[in-house]
Amino acid sequence: MKVHFWLVFVLSLGLLAVPTPGGAQAPEAHKTGAEIMEREQQAFYSPGKDMKAEVRMELSTAAGEKRIRVMTMLRWNDPRSKDQKYFIYFREPADVRGMTFMVWKYPLKESDRWIYVPAVDLVRRVAARDARSSFVGSDFTYEDISGRNIGADGHTLVQEEKLGDRNCYVVESVPKEPTDYVKRLSWIDKTTFLPLKEEYYDVQNQLARVFTADKIENIATVGEQKSIPTVTRRTMKNMKTGHRTEVTFTSVSYNVGLQDTIFSERYLRNPPERWIR
Amino acid sequence: MSRFASRGGIILGIILLLLTENFRPAAAEAGKDPAGPEAQAETQAEGTVEKLTAFLATLPFEFHGFWDARGGLRTQVDPHESKTATLEETRLQLHFFKSLDWAKFRIKSDFLYEGVKGKADVDLREANALFTPFEFMELKLGRQILTWGTGDYVFINDLFPKDYKSFFIGRDDEYLKAPSDALKASFFTPIFNLDFVYTPRFNADRFIDGERLSYFNPQLGRLAGQDAVISPLQRDEWFGDDEIALRLSRDIKGYGLALYGYHGFWKSPMGFDPQAGEASFPRLSAYGLSVRGAVWKGIGNFEMGYYDSRDDRSGDNPFIPNSQLRYLAGYEQEVAKDFTVGVQYYLEQMLQYDAYQRTLPPGSYAADQFRHVLTLRLTKLLLYQDLKLSFFIFYSPSDQDVYIKPNVHYNITDHWSAEVGANIFVGENDHTFFGQFKNDTNVYSGVRWSF
Repeated sequence: MKVHFWLVFVLSLGLLAVPTPGGAQAPEAHKTGAEIMEREQQAFYSPGKDMKAEVRMELSTAAGEKRIRVMTMLRWNDPRSKDQKYFIYFREPADVRGMTFMVWKYPLKESDRWIYVPAVDLVRRVAARDARSSFVGSDFTYEDISGRNIGADGHTLVQEEKLGDRNCYVVESVPKEPTDYVKRLSWIDKTTFLPLKEEYYDVQNQLARVFTADKIENIATVGEQKSIPTVTRRTMKNMKTGHRTEVTFTSVSYNVGLQDTIFSERYLRNPPERWIR
Repeated sequence: MSRFASRGGIILGIILLLLTENFRPAAAEAGKDPAGPEAQAETQAEGTVEKLTAFLATLPFEFHGFWDARGGLRTQVDPHESKTATLEETRLQLHFFKSLDWAKFRIKSDFLYEGVKGKADVDLREANALFTPFEFMELKLGRQILTWGTGDYVFINDLFPKDYKSFFIGRDDEYLKAPSDALKASFFTPIFNLDFVYTPRFNADRFIDGERLSYFNPQLGRLAGQDAVISPLQRDEWFGDDEIALRLSRDIKGYGLALYGYHGFWKSPMGFDPQAGEASFPRLSAYGLSVRGAVWKGIGNFEMGYYDSRDDRSGDNPFIPNSQLRYLAGYEQEVAKDFTVGVQYYLEQMLQYDAYQRTLPPGSYAADQFRHVLTLRLTKLLLYQDLKLSFFIFYSPSDQDVYIKPNVHYNITDHWSAEVGANIFVGENDHTFFGQFKNDTNVYSGVRWSF
């Protein structure tokens, strides 16, 4: 398996050897906020037919205390619908090592989630809600990890501006039903449609959380002559507490040939060795 | 018991041998490994934890575990138990895992010193091999932990061995499940999955026997403890006293459906042999079903089972439990950020109740025909989920008894954790399920270092 990495920040756009799915054509003139977010979700949460990555989360308090979470993540996009399935194998810390976590995500309703606790051979359904629950204690919610339903917010393109050297759309998203934020501003790269920055405002309309895409790499896909720009390092910072979570993706590969059958109780109990080693 | 000690010595010896034998060549290879730079960087890192992590990474198999120390005290005098301490132990768990192309091997063993008993012990929790002979089949052979069913601390169709003693004195939840020496064969088809578990020699619960915790002894008609330790007639004949457990399951759009069957024995010594004057494990078969999935804003489950008490189908033997129907309905929801509430309603119905009443020895306490139990679980996660406050209560309006399990667990670092908790039993009567443990109410605390 041959994987090439290019740093988007290092290479200028013109040097990109192969067109990317989001960046093939020049950005159209009049896109609505919803259309941009649709493209963003596609580029950020569901590129490729499937994906495999090693994920390392570093949780730091304002005082600098750190906690580490390490896991292997598998994602599969249902070719017949917009459903997605996720499989996570936890490696660190010690008290969750060997646990597996499975999510069946649907575009319009709450996800189904299962967790397997090997010490007691127990498969449990997880009652957590997408929007509000923190993923493994990090600053990311489940929704931040696997995407929020587009229809759950009203999206408005508020302006177009440069963020660093990148041309961005700035989209304001307002939740239709009350959640833990009242407004989100997203800086979406016009070429890759990846979110480069997001600001979450709380009920007092104060800046509560800030997401930043810190590193973007082009990942070659298996068996195809295209690469996928991927956020391989991202940070979510809680502006109120100073707590932050930095997530690093390594060994990212797309279109590795995951099958629907992996996302089942069988493999929850007996993790698929081929994919998690 | 010295048998355990010698077995423990052998296991430890094997482990040490594996460690020393495998370390040198593996470490030598590590330098050539493509992952070398990472491994080297880790070795250079300061601190024992990093060094240990680096060492573990060089092993040709996965090696992990923890060291755990905990203690617990009875909060009241128990006239039937001489010790105030209910828990006083330190344990080292070592866990080895090796995955090959053709099989996965796992050994997990606890080495513990129990102050309450004043002796060292070995508890081999897992020693098994998992094979996939065909794409549609898995085979797990050896000592293993087995669980199925949908209840939260309530088991109907899960008739694998439980360790109620550990549960009641405040060991980690992991120890509620006792190991089985079994063969598990699983078959996967597009329509359904079938699990078949064969236990060639009966694996009983680790039940409350009067040592350490007092209980109600129906023969004496009173609470008892060390003065009447239960030593039941053993069911230990290979292939004669065997158990079969089956599960047929499938998933329909995120809803898990299952049918269950069991052929074996009551897992705790529920019977009494008047000739021998000892408790016994009467024959039991069970058949049941369960369903679990998204309901409203949370997860709902329903499970039921028919317990066929094969040694007393007519219900007129007062020394053997009658057949039963057991029902469970549960619902769990996250009601606020990191705050989950779970409720369950459990009903146990005694069949042939007339025969039971008719043949009950005079002076005995009669159990109700229907035993109702409500449970409530509250879980709150704080401090980025490092602090977990949990509260579990069993309340039986029919038995008029209560069992409360509060627990506070804190992850001090990624390696260190500490917890405190209690097991509180309250009951109107001495003979009811939880009421009998009223003198066993205890508080405990523990600390753990995991690697």
